[in-house]
Amino acid sequence: MLGYTITQWLFGILSFLAIMFALMVVFTRNPVNSVLYLVLTFFCIAGHYLLLNAQFLAIVHIVVYAGAIMVLFLFIIMLMNLDADTEPQKHIGTRFIAGIVGGVLLFVMVGALRGAEQIQLVQTGSSQIGLVKNLGKVLFSEFLFPFEIASILLLAALVGAIMIGKRDTNINSKETTNS
Amino acid sequence: MTAFLIYKALMCIGVFILCLAAAAYSTLWERKFAAFLQDRKGPSRAGWGGLLQPIADGVKMFMKEEIIPNVSNRSLFILGPCIFMITAVITSSVIPWAKPVMIGSHVYDLQITDINIGVIYLLGVASIGVYGIMIGGWASNNKFALLGAVRASSQMISYEIPMGIALIALIISSGGSLSLKEIVEGQDAGFANFVWQPLGFLIFFICALAETNRAPFDLPECETELVGGYHTEYSSMKLGLYLFAEYINMFISSAVLATLYFGGYNFPFAHELYEKLGLADGSVWISLIGFGVLIAKIFGFVCLFMWIRWTLPRFRYDQLMNLGWKTLLPLSLFNLALTVVVEFFRGNIHF
Repeated sequence: MLGYTITQWLFGILSFLAIMFALMVVFTRNPVNSVLYLVLTFFCIAGHYLLLNAQFLAIVHIVVYAGAIMVLFLFIIMLMNLDADTEPQKHIGTRFIAGIVGGVLLFVMVGALRGAEQIQLVQTGSSQIGLVKNLGKVLFSEFLFPFEIASILLLAALVGAIMIGKRDTNINSKETTNS
Repeated sequence: MTAFLIYKALMCIGVFILCLAAAAYSTLWERKFAAFLQDRKGPSRAGWGGLLQPIADGVKMFMKEEIIPNVSNRSLFILGPCIFMITAVITSSVIPWAKPVMIGSHVYDLQITDINIGVIYLLGVASIGVYGIMIGGWASNNKFALLGAVRASSQMISYEIPMGIALIALIISSGGSLSLKEIVEGQDAGFANFVWQPLGFLIFFICALAETNRAPFDLPECETELVGGYHTEYSSMKLGLYLFAEYINMFISSAVLATLYFGGYNFPFAHELYEKLGLADGSVWISLIGFGVLIAKIFGFVCLFMWIRWTLPRFRYDQLMNLGWKTLLPLSLFNLALTVVVEFFRGNIHF
Protein backbone atom coordinates (compact mmCIF):
# COMPACT_ATOMS: atom_id res chain seq x y z
CA MET A 1 0.00 0.00 0.00
CA LEU A 2 1.68 3.19 -1.26
CA GLY A 3 5.09 1.64 -0.66
CA TYR A 4 4.64 1.23 3.08
CA THR A 5 4.24 -1.99 5.04
CA ILE A 6 1.29 -2.59 7.35
CA THR A 7 3.57 -2.02 10.36
CA GLN A 8 4.57 1.38 9.04
CA TRP A 9 0.93 2.28 8.43
CA LEU A 10 0.04 1.20 11.97
CA PHE A 11 2.97 3.17 13.36
CA GLY A 12 1.88 6.28 11.49
CA ILE A 13 -1.76 6.02 12.53
CA LEU A 14 -0.90 5.25 16.17
CA SER A 15 1.59 8.13 16.35
CA PHE A 16 -0.94 10.54 14.88
CA LEU A 17 -3.62 9.41 17.33
CA ALA A 18 -1.23 9.48 20.30
CA ILE A 19 -0.15 13.06 19.56
CA MET A 20 -3.70 14.18 18.81
CA PHE A 21 -5.08 12.73 22.06
CA ALA A 22 -2.13 14.16 24.00
CA LEU A 23 -2.94 17.60 22.60
CA MET A 24 -6.61 17.11 23.44
CA VAL A 25 -5.63 16.40 27.06
CA VAL A 26 -4.23 19.92 27.25
CA PHE A 27 -6.80 21.71 25.14
CA THR A 28 -10.08 20.35 26.52
CA ARG A 29 -11.70 22.52 29.16
CA ASN A 30 -13.52 19.75 31.02
CA PRO A 31 -11.09 17.89 33.36
CA VAL A 32 -13.00 14.60 33.07
CA ASN A 33 -12.62 14.70 29.28
CA SER A 34 -8.94 15.45 29.78
CA VAL A 35 -8.50 12.31 31.87
CA LEU A 36 -10.35 10.23 29.30
CA TYR A 37 -8.14 11.57 26.49
CA LEU A 38 -5.10 10.69 28.60
CA VAL A 39 -6.42 7.12 28.86
CA LEU A 40 -6.74 7.02 25.06
CA THR A 41 -3.14 8.29 24.77
CA PHE A 42 -2.01 5.43 26.99
CA PHE A 43 -3.81 2.98 24.71
CA CYS A 44 -1.98 4.39 21.69
CA ILE A 45 1.35 4.03 23.49
CA ALA A 46 0.45 0.44 24.39
CA GLY A 47 -0.14 -0.07 20.67
CA HIS A 48 3.41 1.15 20.02
CA TYR A 49 4.75 -1.38 22.51
CA LEU A 50 2.87 -4.11 20.65
CA LEU A 51 4.50 -3.00 17.38
CA LEU A 52 7.88 -3.34 19.12
CA ASN A 53 6.96 -6.92 20.07
CA ALA A 54 6.82 -6.04 23.77
CA GLN A 55 3.46 -7.60 24.56
CA PHE A 56 4.03 -7.90 28.28
CA LEU A 57 4.93 -4.23 28.60
CA ALA A 58 1.90 -3.28 26.52
CA ILE A 59 -0.61 -5.15 28.62
CA VAL A 60 0.98 -4.16 31.93
CA HIS A 61 0.93 -0.56 30.74
CA ILE A 62 -2.82 -0.87 30.20
CA VAL A 63 -3.47 -2.70 33.48
CA VAL A 64 -1.42 -0.32 35.62
CA TYR A 65 -1.92 3.06 33.96
CA ALA A 66 -5.28 2.86 32.22
CA GLY A 67 -6.79 0.32 34.58
CA ALA A 68 -5.64 1.52 37.98
CA ILE A 69 -3.94 4.92 38.10
CA MET A 70 -6.25 6.72 35.70
CA VAL A 71 -9.30 5.24 37.42
CA LEU A 72 -8.10 6.89 40.64
CA PHE A 73 -7.52 10.18 38.77
CA LEU A 74 -11.04 9.97 37.37
CA PHE A 75 -12.34 9.13 40.82
CA ILE A 76 -10.87 12.26 42.39
CA ILE A 77 -11.83 14.58 39.55
CA MET A 78 -15.40 13.29 39.47
CA LEU A 79 -15.81 13.72 43.21
CA MET A 80 -14.29 17.23 43.20
CA ASN A 81 -16.89 18.17 40.58
CA LEU A 82 -14.62 20.45 38.57
CA ASP A 83 -16.32 22.12 35.65
CA ALA A 84 -15.45 24.52 32.90
CA ASP A 85 -17.31 27.26 34.84
CA THR A 86 -15.33 26.76 38.05
CA GLU A 87 -11.98 26.91 36.25
CA PRO A 88 -9.99 29.85 37.70
CA GLN A 89 -9.13 32.52 35.13
CA LYS A 90 -5.41 33.20 34.96
CA HIS A 91 -4.02 36.74 35.07
CA ILE A 92 -2.87 38.11 31.69
CA GLY A 93 0.73 38.45 32.93
CA THR A 94 0.82 34.80 34.00
CA ARG A 95 -0.38 33.77 30.54
CA PHE A 96 2.26 35.92 28.88
CA ILE A 97 5.08 34.40 30.95
CA ALA A 98 3.71 30.86 30.42
CA GLY A 99 3.73 31.49 26.67
CA ILE A 100 7.36 32.61 26.70
CA VAL A 101 8.49 29.69 28.90
CA GLY A 102 6.65 27.19 26.72
CA GLY A 103 8.13 28.71 23.56
CA VAL A 104 11.67 28.53 24.97
CA LEU A 105 11.15 24.89 25.94
CA LEU A 106 9.97 24.12 22.41
CA PHE A 107 13.08 25.90 21.07
CA VAL A 108 15.34 23.77 23.30
CA MET A 109 13.58 20.55 22.26
CA VAL A 110 13.83 21.35 18.55
CA GLY A 111 17.50 22.25 19.01
CA ALA A 112 18.21 19.04 20.90
CA LEU A 113 16.50 16.88 18.29
CA ARG A 114 18.16 18.59 15.32
CA GLY A 115 20.31 16.12 13.50
CA ALA A 116 18.67 13.15 15.20
CA GLU A 117 17.80 11.66 11.81
CA GLN A 118 21.50 11.05 11.13
CA ILE A 119 21.92 8.76 14.16
CA GLN A 120 22.30 5.15 13.11
CA LEU A 121 19.95 2.90 15.07
CA VAL A 122 21.62 -0.19 16.49
CA GLN A 123 19.49 -3.07 17.71
CA THR A 124 20.99 -4.76 20.74
CA GLY A 125 19.86 -8.16 21.93
CA SER A 126 17.14 -10.24 20.38
CA SER A 127 13.88 -8.80 19.10
CA GLN A 128 12.02 -11.27 21.32
CA ILE A 129 13.18 -9.61 24.55
CA GLY A 130 9.69 -8.22 25.20
CA LEU A 131 8.07 -11.62 25.64
CA VAL A 132 7.25 -12.54 29.23
CA LYS A 133 9.61 -15.50 29.40
CA ASN A 134 12.69 -13.66 28.11
CA LEU A 135 11.90 -10.57 30.13
CA GLY A 136 11.56 -12.63 33.32
CA LYS A 137 14.84 -14.42 32.73
CA VAL A 138 16.72 -11.16 32.22
CA LEU A 139 15.04 -9.48 35.19
CA PHE A 140 15.78 -12.31 37.59
CA SER A 141 19.37 -12.95 36.54
CA GLU A 142 21.15 -10.02 34.95
CA PHE A 143 19.16 -7.18 36.52
CA LEU A 144 18.21 -8.81 39.81
CA PHE A 145 19.71 -6.10 42.00
CA PRO A 146 17.96 -3.09 40.37
CA PHE A 147 14.77 -5.14 40.30
CA GLU A 148 14.93 -5.76 44.06
CA ILE A 149 15.78 -2.11 44.72
CA ALA A 150 12.71 -1.10 42.71
CA SER A 151 10.56 -3.51 44.71
CA ILE A 152 11.84 -2.03 48.01
CA LEU A 153 11.03 1.44 46.69
CA LEU A 154 7.50 0.31 45.87
CA LEU A 155 7.14 -1.27 49.31
CA ALA A 156 8.26 1.95 50.97
CA ALA A 157 5.71 3.90 48.90
CA LEU A 158 3.01 1.41 49.91
CA VAL A 159 3.82 1.72 53.62
CA GLY A 160 3.93 5.50 53.28
CA ALA A 161 0.51 5.59 51.62
CA ILE A 162 -0.98 3.44 54.37
CA MET A 163 0.60 5.64 57.08
CA ILE A 164 -0.90 8.78 55.51
CA GLY A 165 -4.28 7.15 55.00
CA LYS A 166 -4.41 5.62 58.47
CA ARG A 167 -6.73 7.20 60.98
CA ASP A 168 -4.83 8.73 63.89
CA THR A 169 -5.81 6.54 66.84
CA ASN A 170 -4.76 9.14 69.45
CA ILE A 171 -7.12 11.80 68.13
CA ASN A 172 -9.91 9.25 67.90
CA SER A 173 -9.54 8.07 71.49
CA LYS A 174 -9.54 11.68 72.71
CA GLU A 175 -12.76 12.37 70.80
CA THR A 176 -14.46 9.36 72.27
CA THR A 177 -13.41 10.27 75.83
CA ASN A 178 -14.64 13.85 75.35
CA SER A 179 -18.02 12.77 74.08
CA MET B 1 -4.12 -14.69 3.36
CA THR B 2 -7.73 -14.28 2.22
CA ALA B 3 -8.69 -17.69 3.60
CA PHE B 4 -7.07 -16.74 6.91
CA LEU B 5 -8.98 -13.46 7.08
CA ILE B 6 -12.28 -15.17 6.25
CA TYR B 7 -11.64 -17.81 8.93
CA LYS B 8 -10.82 -15.16 11.56
CA ALA B 9 -13.87 -13.08 10.57
CA LEU B 10 -16.08 -16.16 10.84
CA MET B 11 -14.60 -16.95 14.27
CA CYS B 12 -15.25 -13.41 15.51
CA ILE B 13 -18.84 -13.40 14.26
CA GLY B 14 -19.44 -16.89 15.62
CA VAL B 15 -18.14 -16.07 19.10
CA PHE B 16 -20.04 -12.76 19.11
CA ILE B 17 -23.32 -14.48 18.26
CA LEU B 18 -22.59 -17.19 20.82
CA CYS B 19 -22.07 -14.56 23.55
CA LEU B 20 -25.24 -12.66 22.65
CA ALA B 21 -27.36 -15.79 22.40
CA ALA B 22 -25.98 -17.18 25.65
CA ALA B 23 -26.57 -13.88 27.44
CA ALA B 24 -30.11 -13.57 26.06
CA TYR B 25 -31.05 -17.02 27.21
CA SER B 26 -29.27 -16.50 30.54
CA THR B 27 -31.83 -13.80 31.29
CA LEU B 28 -34.62 -16.30 30.70
CA TRP B 29 -32.82 -19.04 32.61
CA GLU B 30 -32.19 -16.68 35.53
CA ARG B 31 -35.92 -16.03 35.84
CA LYS B 32 -36.79 -19.69 35.39
CA PHE B 33 -34.17 -20.70 37.95
CA ALA B 34 -35.36 -18.07 40.43
CA ALA B 35 -38.89 -19.31 39.90
CA PHE B 36 -37.76 -22.87 40.57
CA LEU B 37 -36.01 -21.84 43.80
CA GLN B 38 -39.07 -19.90 44.94
CA ASP B 39 -41.57 -22.55 43.89
CA ARG B 40 -43.08 -20.50 41.05
CA LYS B 41 -43.45 -21.09 37.33
CA GLY B 42 -41.53 -18.17 35.91
CA PRO B 43 -42.21 -16.60 32.49
CA SER B 44 -44.32 -19.06 30.54
CA ARG B 45 -46.48 -17.05 28.13
CA ALA B 46 -44.21 -15.99 25.25
CA GLY B 47 -43.48 -18.96 23.04
CA TRP B 48 -43.28 -22.57 24.17
CA GLY B 49 -42.81 -22.54 27.93
CA GLY B 50 -41.48 -18.98 27.73
CA LEU B 51 -38.79 -19.64 25.12
CA LEU B 52 -39.46 -16.40 23.25
CA GLN B 53 -39.33 -14.26 26.41
CA PRO B 54 -35.80 -12.84 25.70
CA ILE B 55 -36.96 -11.64 22.27
CA ALA B 56 -40.04 -10.03 23.80
CA ASP B 57 -37.82 -8.33 26.41
CA GLY B 58 -35.46 -7.10 23.70
CA VAL B 59 -38.29 -5.65 21.62
CA LYS B 60 -39.70 -3.96 24.73
CA MET B 61 -36.31 -2.39 25.50
CA PHE B 62 -35.96 -1.06 21.94
CA MET B 63 -39.50 0.34 21.83
CA LYS B 64 -39.30 2.27 25.10
CA GLU B 65 -38.88 6.01 25.09
CA GLU B 66 -35.31 7.12 25.30
CA ILE B 67 -34.65 9.83 27.86
CA ILE B 68 -31.33 11.65 28.11
CA PRO B 69 -31.32 14.05 31.06
CA ASN B 70 -30.83 17.72 30.13
CA VAL B 71 -28.17 18.22 32.78
CA SER B 72 -26.16 15.20 31.71
CA ASN B 73 -22.96 15.18 29.71
CA ARG B 74 -24.54 13.91 26.50
CA SER B 75 -21.60 12.32 24.69
CA LEU B 76 -20.23 10.59 27.79
CA PHE B 77 -23.75 9.50 28.71
CA ILE B 78 -23.91 7.59 25.41
CA LEU B 79 -20.30 6.40 25.64
CA GLY B 80 -20.74 4.71 29.05
CA PRO B 81 -22.93 1.73 28.10
CA CYS B 82 -20.98 1.30 24.82
CA ILE B 83 -17.66 0.86 26.67
CA PHE B 84 -19.26 -1.50 29.17
CA MET B 85 -20.68 -3.65 26.36
CA ILE B 86 -17.45 -3.65 24.32
CA THR B 87 -15.27 -4.69 27.27
CA ALA B 88 -17.78 -7.42 28.14
CA VAL B 89 -17.58 -8.89 24.63
CA ILE B 90 -13.85 -8.60 23.83
CA THR B 91 -12.88 -10.81 26.78
CA SER B 92 -14.18 -13.75 24.77
CA SER B 93 -11.41 -13.41 22.18
CA VAL B 94 -8.78 -15.39 24.12
CA ILE B 95 -10.95 -18.30 25.22
CA PRO B 96 -10.25 -21.58 23.40
CA TRP B 97 -13.67 -22.96 22.58
CA ALA B 98 -12.70 -26.42 21.29
CA LYS B 99 -9.83 -28.53 20.00
CA PRO B 100 -8.29 -27.40 16.70
CA VAL B 101 -10.06 -28.73 13.60
CA MET B 102 -8.15 -30.12 10.64
CA ILE B 103 -9.79 -29.32 7.31
CA GLY B 104 -7.76 -30.51 4.36
CA SER B 105 -4.18 -29.93 5.40
CA HIS B 106 -4.91 -26.78 7.42
CA VAL B 107 -5.29 -26.73 11.18
CA TYR B 108 -7.86 -24.23 12.41
CA ASP B 109 -7.75 -23.16 16.07
CA LEU B 110 -11.21 -22.62 17.46
CA GLN B 111 -10.06 -19.54 19.33
CA ILE B 112 -10.07 -15.99 18.01
CA THR B 113 -6.49 -15.27 19.02
CA ASP B 114 -3.91 -17.15 21.05
CA ILE B 115 -1.81 -14.34 22.52
CA ASN B 116 1.00 -15.31 24.87
CA ILE B 117 -0.25 -12.87 27.50
CA GLY B 118 -3.81 -14.22 27.54
CA VAL B 119 -4.21 -14.29 31.31
CA ILE B 120 -2.99 -10.72 31.83
CA TYR B 121 -5.18 -9.65 28.91
CA LEU B 122 -8.17 -10.94 30.89
CA LEU B 123 -7.13 -8.85 33.90
CA GLY B 124 -6.51 -5.83 31.67
CA VAL B 125 -9.94 -5.96 30.05
CA ALA B 126 -11.56 -6.45 33.45
CA SER B 127 -9.84 -3.31 34.71
CA ILE B 128 -10.97 -1.33 31.65
CA GLY B 129 -14.56 -2.46 32.24
CA VAL B 130 -14.75 -0.11 35.20
CA TYR B 131 -14.70 2.90 32.85
CA GLY B 132 -18.08 1.98 31.39
CA ILE B 133 -19.71 2.18 34.81
CA MET B 134 -17.78 5.24 36.01
CA ILE B 135 -18.39 7.30 32.88
CA GLY B 136 -22.06 6.32 32.78
CA GLY B 137 -22.56 7.07 36.46
CA TRP B 138 -20.81 10.42 36.37
CA ALA B 139 -22.32 11.63 33.10
CA SER B 140 -25.84 11.07 34.48
CA ASN B 141 -25.27 14.02 36.85
CA ASN B 142 -27.21 12.28 39.57
CA LYS B 143 -25.85 11.72 43.06
CA PHE B 144 -27.16 8.18 43.32
CA ALA B 145 -25.63 7.28 39.97
CA LEU B 146 -22.32 8.82 41.02
CA LEU B 147 -22.34 6.92 44.33
CA GLY B 148 -23.09 3.71 42.45
CA ALA B 149 -20.23 4.37 40.03
CA VAL B 150 -17.79 5.09 42.87
CA ARG B 151 -18.85 1.91 44.65
CA ALA B 152 -18.51 -0.12 41.47
CA SER B 153 -15.04 1.11 40.69
CA SER B 154 -13.66 0.77 44.21
CA GLN B 155 -15.13 -2.71 44.43
CA MET B 156 -13.65 -3.77 41.10
CA ILE B 157 -10.19 -2.34 41.91
CA SER B 158 -10.18 -4.04 45.33
CA TYR B 159 -11.15 -7.46 44.05
CA GLU B 160 -8.76 -7.38 41.11
CA ILE B 161 -5.83 -7.75 43.51
CA PRO B 162 -6.72 -11.12 45.11
CA MET B 163 -7.84 -12.24 41.64
CA GLY B 164 -4.43 -11.42 40.18
CA ILE B 165 -2.57 -13.18 42.99
CA ALA B 166 -4.79 -16.25 42.65
CA LEU B 167 -3.93 -16.25 38.94
CA ILE B 168 -0.19 -16.11 39.69
CA ALA B 169 -0.54 -19.22 41.85
CA LEU B 170 -2.51 -20.90 39.06
CA ILE B 171 0.17 -20.08 36.49
CA ILE B 172 2.91 -21.46 38.73
CA SER B 173 1.11 -24.77 39.18
CA SER B 174 0.01 -25.10 35.55
CA GLY B 175 3.48 -24.88 34.07
CA GLY B 176 4.25 -21.19 33.70
CA SER B 177 2.43 -20.28 30.51
CA LEU B 178 0.20 -17.22 30.21
CA SER B 179 -1.49 -18.50 27.07
CA LEU B 180 -4.97 -19.87 27.73
CA LYS B 181 -4.54 -22.45 24.99
CA GLU B 182 -1.47 -23.90 26.66
CA ILE B 183 -3.15 -23.84 30.07
CA VAL B 184 -6.02 -25.88 28.66
CA GLU B 185 -3.74 -28.30 26.82
CA GLY B 186 -1.76 -28.80 30.03
CA GLN B 187 -4.93 -30.17 31.61
CA ASP B 188 -5.51 -32.61 28.77
CA ALA B 189 -3.68 -35.47 30.44
CA GLY B 190 -3.70 -35.71 34.23
CA PHE B 191 -5.74 -33.62 36.60
CA ALA B 192 -7.54 -30.34 36.04
CA ASN B 193 -5.94 -27.33 37.72
CA PHE B 194 -8.74 -27.32 40.27
CA VAL B 195 -7.14 -30.33 42.00
CA TRP B 196 -3.94 -28.39 42.67
CA GLN B 197 -5.59 -25.03 43.27
CA PRO B 198 -8.80 -25.54 45.29
CA LEU B 199 -8.21 -22.44 47.43
CA GLY B 200 -7.14 -20.41 44.39
CA PHE B 201 -10.31 -21.45 42.62
CA LEU B 202 -12.45 -20.34 45.57
CA ILE B 203 -10.72 -16.94 45.68
CA PHE B 204 -10.99 -16.51 41.91
CA PHE B 205 -14.65 -17.48 41.97
CA ILE B 206 -15.52 -14.96 44.71
CA CYS B 207 -13.61 -12.26 42.85
CA ALA B 208 -15.40 -13.16 39.62
CA LEU B 209 -18.71 -12.68 41.44
CA ALA B 210 -17.54 -9.26 42.61
CA GLU B 211 -16.14 -8.25 39.21
CA THR B 212 -19.39 -9.07 37.43
CA ASN B 213 -21.37 -7.12 40.08
CA ARG B 214 -23.52 -10.12 40.80
CA ALA B 215 -25.27 -10.64 44.12
CA PRO B 216 -24.14 -10.77 46.92
CA PHE B 217 -21.76 -8.12 45.56
CA ASP B 218 -24.28 -6.04 43.62
CA LEU B 219 -23.83 -2.93 45.77
CA PRO B 220 -23.34 -0.60 42.75
CA GLU B 221 -26.98 -1.10 41.86
CA CYS B 222 -28.31 -1.62 45.36
CA GLU B 223 -31.91 -0.47 45.00
CA THR B 224 -32.62 -0.11 48.71
CA GLU B 225 -29.93 2.57 49.05
CA LEU B 226 -29.21 3.96 45.58
CA VAL B 227 -32.49 3.78 43.57
CA GLY B 228 -30.88 2.00 40.62
CA GLY B 229 -27.18 2.64 41.18
CA TYR B 230 -25.09 3.75 38.23
CA HIS B 231 -27.89 3.19 35.72
CA THR B 232 -30.53 5.21 37.58
CA GLU B 233 -30.88 7.75 34.75
CA TYR B 234 -30.71 5.28 31.89
CA SER B 235 -33.69 4.11 29.93
CA SER B 236 -34.54 2.16 26.81
CA MET B 237 -31.76 0.24 25.06
CA LYS B 238 -28.93 2.00 26.94
CA LEU B 239 -30.25 0.47 30.14
CA GLY B 240 -30.65 -2.71 28.12
CA LEU B 241 -26.95 -2.64 27.19
CA TYR B 242 -25.92 -2.33 30.84
CA LEU B 243 -28.17 -5.18 31.94
CA PHE B 244 -27.27 -7.31 28.95
CA ALA B 245 -23.52 -6.76 29.36
CA GLU B 246 -23.82 -8.06 32.93
CA TYR B 247 -25.11 -11.37 31.57
CA ILE B 248 -22.36 -11.49 28.94
CA ASN B 249 -19.85 -10.87 31.74
CA MET B 250 -21.34 -13.74 33.70
CA PHE B 251 -21.13 -16.05 30.69
CA ILE B 252 -17.53 -15.10 29.93
CA SER B 253 -16.48 -15.35 33.60
CA SER B 254 -17.95 -18.84 33.70
CA ALA B 255 -16.05 -19.69 30.52
CA VAL B 256 -12.81 -18.37 32.06
CA LEU B 257 -13.40 -20.34 35.26
CA ALA B 258 -14.09 -23.50 33.27
CA THR B 259 -11.02 -22.92 31.09
CA LEU B 260 -8.53 -22.06 33.82
CA TYR B 261 -9.59 -24.43 36.59
CA PHE B 262 -11.75 -27.17 35.09
CA GLY B 263 -9.92 -28.17 31.95
CA GLY B 264 -11.92 -26.23 29.36
CA TYR B 265 -12.97 -28.56 26.56
CA ASN B 266 -11.17 -31.54 28.13
CA PHE B 267 -12.99 -34.14 30.20
CA PRO B 268 -11.93 -37.34 32.02
CA PHE B 269 -11.25 -40.35 29.81
CA ALA B 270 -11.60 -38.25 26.66
CA HIS B 271 -8.88 -40.13 24.76
CA GLU B 272 -10.40 -43.52 25.61
CA LEU B 273 -13.77 -42.30 24.35
CA TYR B 274 -12.32 -40.98 21.10
CA GLU B 275 -10.46 -44.27 20.53
CA LYS B 276 -13.67 -46.22 21.10
CA LEU B 277 -15.48 -44.04 18.59
CA GLY B 278 -12.58 -44.30 16.15
CA LEU B 279 -12.03 -40.57 15.78
CA ALA B 280 -8.68 -39.31 14.55
CA ASP B 281 -6.98 -36.16 15.88
CA GLY B 282 -8.33 -33.02 14.24
CA SER B 283 -11.72 -34.51 13.54
CA VAL B 284 -14.70 -32.15 13.58
CA TRP B 285 -16.55 -34.49 15.91
CA ILE B 286 -13.84 -34.24 18.59
CA SER B 287 -14.13 -30.46 18.47
CA LEU B 288 -17.91 -30.64 18.67
CA ILE B 289 -17.84 -32.98 21.68
CA GLY B 290 -15.23 -30.77 23.38
CA PHE B 291 -17.30 -27.67 22.68
CA GLY B 292 -20.36 -29.36 24.14
CA VAL B 293 -18.41 -30.28 27.27
CA LEU B 294 -17.17 -26.70 27.66
CA ILE B 295 -20.71 -25.33 27.25
CA ALA B 296 -21.95 -27.81 29.86
CA LYS B 297 -19.28 -26.60 32.32
CA ILE B 298 -20.15 -22.97 31.60
CA PHE B 299 -23.81 -23.76 32.13
CA GLY B 300 -22.93 -25.32 35.48
CA PHE B 301 -21.09 -22.18 36.58
CA VAL B 302 -23.90 -19.91 35.36
CA CYS B 303 -26.33 -21.95 37.46
CA LEU B 304 -23.99 -21.59 40.45
CA PHE B 305 -23.89 -17.80 39.96
CA MET B 306 -27.70 -17.72 39.88
CA TRP B 307 -28.08 -20.07 42.83
CA ILE B 308 -25.87 -17.76 44.91
CA ARG B 309 -27.82 -14.70 43.80
CA TRP B 310 -31.15 -16.15 44.85
CA THR B 311 -29.82 -17.57 48.13
CA LEU B 312 -27.51 -15.05 49.77
CA PRO B 313 -28.46 -11.56 50.94
CA ARG B 314 -26.45 -8.55 49.81
CA PHE B 315 -23.29 -7.54 51.72
CA ARG B 316 -23.04 -4.28 53.59
CA TYR B 317 -20.40 -1.99 52.11
CA ASP B 318 -17.89 -2.29 54.97
CA GLN B 319 -18.31 -6.08 54.97
CA LEU B 320 -17.52 -6.07 51.26
CA MET B 321 -14.30 -4.11 51.77
CA ASN B 322 -13.29 -6.18 54.80
CA LEU B 323 -13.82 -9.38 52.86
CA GLY B 324 -11.75 -8.10 49.97
CA TRP B 325 -8.81 -6.59 51.81
CA LYS B 326 -8.68 -8.44 55.14
CA THR B 327 -9.75 -11.94 54.12
CA LEU B 328 -9.24 -12.58 50.42
CA LEU B 329 -5.94 -10.73 50.03
CA PRO B 330 -4.08 -12.53 52.90
CA LEU B 331 -5.73 -15.78 51.84
CA SER B 332 -4.53 -15.40 48.27
CA LEU B 333 -0.99 -14.59 49.48
CA PHE B 334 -1.10 -17.69 51.68
CA ASN B 335 -2.30 -19.69 48.69
CA LEU B 336 0.61 -18.36 46.64
CA ALA B 337 3.16 -19.38 49.30
CA LEU B 338 1.52 -22.78 49.67
CA THR B 339 1.56 -23.29 45.90
CA VAL B 340 5.26 -22.54 45.70
CA VAL B 341 6.02 -25.08 48.47
CA VAL B 342 3.79 -27.75 46.91
CA GLU B 343 5.18 -27.21 43.43
CA PHE B 344 8.72 -27.39 44.78
CA PHE B 345 8.04 -30.83 46.17
CA ARG B 346 6.24 -31.85 42.97
CA GLY B 347 9.44 -30.95 41.16
CA ASN B 348 8.02 -28.20 38.94
CA ILE B 349 10.14 -25.39 40.39
CA HIS B 350 13.92 -25.39 40.34
CA PHE B 351 16.10 -22.96 42.20
